[in-house]
Formats: sequence, structure tokens, C-alpha cells
Amino acid sequence: MGLLNLLFPERRTSAVIARERLKIVLAHERASRDAPDFLPVLQRELLDVIGRYVEIRGDMIRVNVGKSGDTSLLEINVELDGAKVTPTKNGAAEDGKGVAKIDPGAATPWVKPS
Amino acid sequence: MAGKVVVLTSGKGGVGKTTSAAAIAAGLALRGHRTVVIDFDVGLRNLDLIMGCERRVVFDFINVINGDAKLNQALIKDKRSDNLYIFPTSQTRDKDALKRDGVERVLNELKESFDYIVCDSPAGIEHGAITALYFADSAVIVTNPEVSSVRDSDRIIGILASKSRRAEFNLEPVAVHLLLSRYSPERVRKGEMLTVEDVKEILSIPLLGVIPESESVLKASNTGTPVVFDEESPAGRAYHDAVARFLGEQRELRFLQPERRSFFRALFGRA
Repeated sequence: MGLLNLLFPERRTSAVIARERLKIVLAHERASRDAPDFLPVLQRELLDVIGRYVEIRGDMIRVNVGKSGDTSLLEINVELDGAKVTPTKNGAAEDGKGVAKIDPGAATPWVKPS
Repeated sequence: MAGKVVVLTSGKGGVGKTTSAAAIAAGLALRGHRTVVIDFDVGLRNLDLIMGCERRVVFDFINVINGDAKLNQALIKDKRSDNLYIFPTSQTRDKDALKRDGVERVLNELKESFDYIVCDSPAGIEHGAITALYFADSAVIVTNPEVSSVRDSDRIIGILASKSRRAEFNLEPVAVHLLLSRYSPERVRKGEMLTVEDVKEILSIPLLGVIPESESVLKASNTGTPVVFDEESPAGRAYHDAVARFLGEQRELRFLQPERRSFFRALFGRA
């Protein structure tokens, strides 16, 4: 079979394209389907809190629930690359105390992706 | 007697749920099982037309749920098989008329006198469709070899696994089966259509049958005769095979190769 495949590689017919597109979209949708309902709310609230200290957009934070062996994992990734400290508001101290210090050069995420 | 509830569902509309519900119910009846087929598509009644009993509808599913009619007043006996009954739905009410406890009461009553209760689900994932699949013991996922149908089938399989009664009460999961319909071997050969293996692999549920695209399906619906009564029809025979497999028989898949047109047929242009 291997030799046959080598001699006659699969044509990229529209059916082959359909199969590949389906596999990708369904892998994605299955992962989010099993996620608990609270994830979007958690993500929004985290965005709110972090946004008090650092200017951050919605697409810079990702919350996922997964499994690693027997351990359930809540994985929160916040991308702060190039993020600016939010101008002082009530809640954040004038002198910068309690405000997250961002090293603009640091590209390492706060939580390492597994 | 404790009948089994079988739901035909798909998510997507127009894939052949009603045709398949009619064919599978009739196929079960022809094999000697007492069978009733219920239309869950409240407001868009169509099973009666496909079964050819549209002029005999007096009372419907909603009347029985609301206690306005008795079950045996609403059930329509099929004229072709003594084992087959049709339970039409309401054309005028809206789908919210399907109350879960009422549906459960009616299904439990049907389970006492039927072997199989075949539920024809509406399209979508709204109230009517969820109610149709909620009480299922097994499910037939009607899928076309086409991207949107496969994706919606995957979604419905997920809903069966999480929102059905069996899932809610931690019972044995609903037995799901794939029924691939409107399959065109010729287009598959040309690489224009997903193959049966593709769909099976993507959805990863057991295959109940492959129904070839067939002119006889439209003819059957024109005359209100489930396609299994057409002995000549490849689709009809494929449904018979699917019913046999549903009942546990082993049968080879048929009609997966493009049909060879005989010299005679080519000459006279008859399909």
C-alpha cells in the first residue's frame, strides 16, 4: 500500500479538501464543546481585572480546560507583549504600587503553555 | 412489552430524516415488529404525506399530550402493513406545545404496545429537536456526504451524549448509528464527494447503512409510499439492509460502486 501511495499520490480533489477542512473544524469544535459553561464568563472577568492594570484586548487572553494525565488543568494564557500599563484609575495606586510592572522586552508568557 | 425509542435526527434539514424514518419504520414492520412512527416536527407536519395518510389525520400528537384525544384515536394504521402505525403531529400548534412530561407519558404508553417507537425529529437543535432525542434509546444520525451535514451531525452526536435522558441519569449511553444518505458512487469516484470511509472516520460512530441517491425516493414521496415497498429501488433495498443491521444482522454494504449502464439501457436511455 505504501508503495502504491508513493506511485499514485492522492489527488487533491474537492472531496479531499472537504475531508481536511472538516477534520480541522471539528477538532476545534469538539474541544470547545466539552468546555464548562463558565469559561467565557471567567475569561471576561479576568479581562476586566487585568485590564485595570494593563491595557489588554480580548484576544490577548485565552482560558482553557484540559487534562494532563489524571490532573484536570485550568490553563490561562495572558499575552502581555507590548501591553501598556493602564493610566491610573480608582483601585490602582497613584505611585504605581499594586500595578503590574511590565518589562516590555519580556516575551515569556506568565503561564507556560503545556 | 417494553418498546425501544429510536430517534432519527441530523441537525441539518433536508438530508432525508422523514424519508428515512418512514422507510426504517416500514422496514421494521415488514420484519414483523410492531412499530409506530411519530412526527416530532410540530407546525411542519410532513410524515403523514410521506406515509400517504394525510387525509386520515383527525387527532394528533399534541391533542394526545393535552388529553384532548385518546392515543388510539390519533394513531393511524398503515394500509400496507398490520404492524405499522403513524402518529401525526399538529400542523397548527407551535413547537413549544411539546411538553417533556407529556411526551414522556405518551411514549411510555406506546412502549406498552409497540416494539419500536420511531421518532422523526425536526431539523435544528431547538426545543422540538431536543425533545425528540431526549428519550431515545438509540439514534440514527442521517447524514449526507457534504460538509455542513457532517458538521451538524457531529454536533447532534455531542448533544445526544450530553443532553439526552440517558446522559442525564448516567444510564447506558444512547446507541448512535450513522445512516449516510444521498450517496452518489459516481461522484465519489470522480473525487467530488466525501467517501463513506471519510464520513465514518470523521464522525467515528458505527455505520448502519449507505443509501444511494436514487430517483425512486422522489417517486416514493410523490405517491406517499415508503421507499422500502419498492422492491426494484436500490434505495429501498439499502434501507432494508440498514434495518437488518439495526436488528443485529451482518450484511455487506451494497450500491457503493457506480452502476454500470447496460448496452440495452444506454441504447434506450432508460435509467
